[in-house]
Amino acid sequence: MKIKGPKDFWAGLMFIGSGLFFAIWAVMNYQMGSAVRMGPAYFPAVLGGLLVVLGLAIFLGSLVIRGPSVPHFIFRPLIMISLACVLYGYLMRPLGLVGATAALVYVGALGGHEFRWKEVTILFVVLAIFSWAVFLKVLGLPFPLWPDAFS
Amino acid sequence: MDVFNNLWMGFGVAVSLQNLFYCFIGVLLGTLIGVLPGIGSVATIAMLLPITFNLNPVSALIMLAGIYYGAQYGGSTTSILVNIPGEATSVVTCLDGYQMARQGRAGSALATAALGSFFAGCVATLIIAVAAPPLAEVALKFGPSEYFSLMVFGLIAATVLAHGSLLKAIAMVVWGLLFGLIGTDVNSGVLRFTFDIPELSDGIGFVIVAMGMFGTTEIILNLEMKEKREVFTSNVKNLWPTREDFKRLWPAVLRGTALGSMLGILPGGGALLSSFGAYTVEKKLSNHPEQFGKGAIEGVAGPESANNAGAQTSFIPMLTLGIPGNAVMALMIGALMIQGIAPGPQVMAEKPQLFWGLIASMWVGNLMLVVLNLPLIGMWVKLLTVPYRYLFPSILVFMAIGVFSLSNNPFDVLVMAVFGIVGYVCAKLECEPAPMILGFILGPLMEENLRRAMLLSRGDPTVFFTKPISAVFMIASVVLLVAVALPAIRKKREEAFAAEEA
Repeated sequence: MKIKGPKDFWAGLMFIGSGLFFAIWAVMNYQMGSAVRMGPAYFPAVLGGLLVVLGLAIFLGSLVIRGPSVPHFIFRPLIMISLACVLYGYLMRPLGLVGATAALVYVGALGGHEFRWKEVTILFVVLAIFSWAVFLKVLGLPFPLWPDAFS
Repeated sequence: MDVFNNLWMGFGVAVSLQNLFYCFIGVLLGTLIGVLPGIGSVATIAMLLPITFNLNPVSALIMLAGIYYGAQYGGSTTSILVNIPGEATSVVTCLDGYQMARQGRAGSALATAALGSFFAGCVATLIIAVAAPPLAEVALKFGPSEYFSLMVFGLIAATVLAHGSLLKAIAMVVWGLLFGLIGTDVNSGVLRFTFDIPELSDGIGFVIVAMGMFGTTEIILNLEMKEKREVFTSNVKNLWPTREDFKRLWPAVLRGTALGSMLGILPGGGALLSSFGAYTVEKKLSNHPEQFGKGAIEGVAGPESANNAGAQTSFIPMLTLGIPGNAVMALMIGALMIQGIAPGPQVMAEKPQLFWGLIASMWVGNLMLVVLNLPLIGMWVKLLTVPYRYLFPSILVFMAIGVFSLSNNPFDVLVMAVFGIVGYVCAKLECEPAPMILGFILGPLMEENLRRAMLLSRGDPTVFFTKPISAVFMIASVVLLVAVALPAIRKKREEAFAAEEA
């Protein structure tokens, strides 16, 4: 077995895996019902099966048809950007808008090509003031501005 | 004439001071964010959607539509001046628009795009006003089996017309349908695929998925590339095209408008297909095809008119059938649902103010685009010179706060990040995200209609082929699939054989 189209190879595996997961999970945990009265498992099981078939076709095709290789994953922006979003969400309550914005801007900027403390700090201050003015004052979103400890 | 009475009423709604204001804000914000390189209209709308939650439905929809045209127009500006398509629909505008900018004709390229879009917008508005009511009438007679078949057709058409591998596009649709099923099953009340996470019991918001797959993914991919941009800032003057230019551009605008209006109605078509189609047509019909790619004004006028016409007529299936033809319309449907309106043919009869107000506001919005953008081009140009390292954290803040504010729950932001990673992997494997979003939105609707249809037919699946309207959709889907699959299979086989011989 030789992989000729790596992109399709991995895409096929991804679809087979998710299809199997959805179908098996549905059949094991929910009622199947009948074609007349479909249970909660019916539609996901059918779709999951369909996804497996499609995935298989893509997978098998990758063994025959030559295709481009998968471009390298560059993990730094991937991890930093994702982490920055998650931190923002989970720090909003404990640290307030200012703290969450700081976390997002500093961590997010680490995902960029260059990181200059001065620039990033200016950006943070500007964005924090802007968020406060637009989201808290104008739109009236109910977020705390400062960390709990300060208020 | 009914149409004119209705349009008149629509204008009454659209030009109320409040709605004019929201239309203006929408167009302005949409252009502002659309100009930023690497953010398409889907991400722009998803990002700004939360702002509209507190408005009444009419104003919210008018503002969203404004954001949509604004984002489209902003994308063209970026293509012409920076050679980076702000979004997929303006890819072809890059070809000739950027060349015009390099020859010092950036001003006339921008003006051509604006005027062409405006003309196309006017025509498309009329088309919607005339075509939507009879379509909605037909749609009112649809039962569950017709709806199911229509959705199958819509999804198939969306994958067929998308670029890239057909199989992968269909797999993405099915994957999206499955993701759409997460949450409480309406029929039985059973929690599906929630894994005891309470936040998942209402399902995953489509805004969150769209932001992840179109927003964070884009930023991550942009950061992988080295930043190099050549912006033409100094020579944006002489906005008005010359007499010679006018002579060449108006037939292109007419053809682009006609083509775009037709293609826009097709599910999966919309603006993207229209602009590519128009470019090909212009190049074929031109007396000097050799100028294309070197700054031919038709190459800007045709696609730009077509994509605006397509963007507008793609509202037709959304407004009359409640079926989104593309990812932007999927967002619009989501916005309607959040406002407590079930999209579908009944909207026109039950909420004429909303329906006709929206249509009239399309015209108003297009007018605003021209009035607003020609004088403001200098400002957009300035914006383009801001380095990406300032832009992306700012965009990230708006996306994160937008998602967080949906229900003030950090879990939503986590889900956005997860879908950002999913989108990243998909991009690396060349799997298109747009079909998945369509599937995601339609998942619960499809299941609901399938169940009802099967209940009514007592479990007889042939019902989809014995009811005439339903059969037409099903046969059309099969024909479409076969038509596209055949040449693809042949080509793939040829590739395989060629590889074997090599």
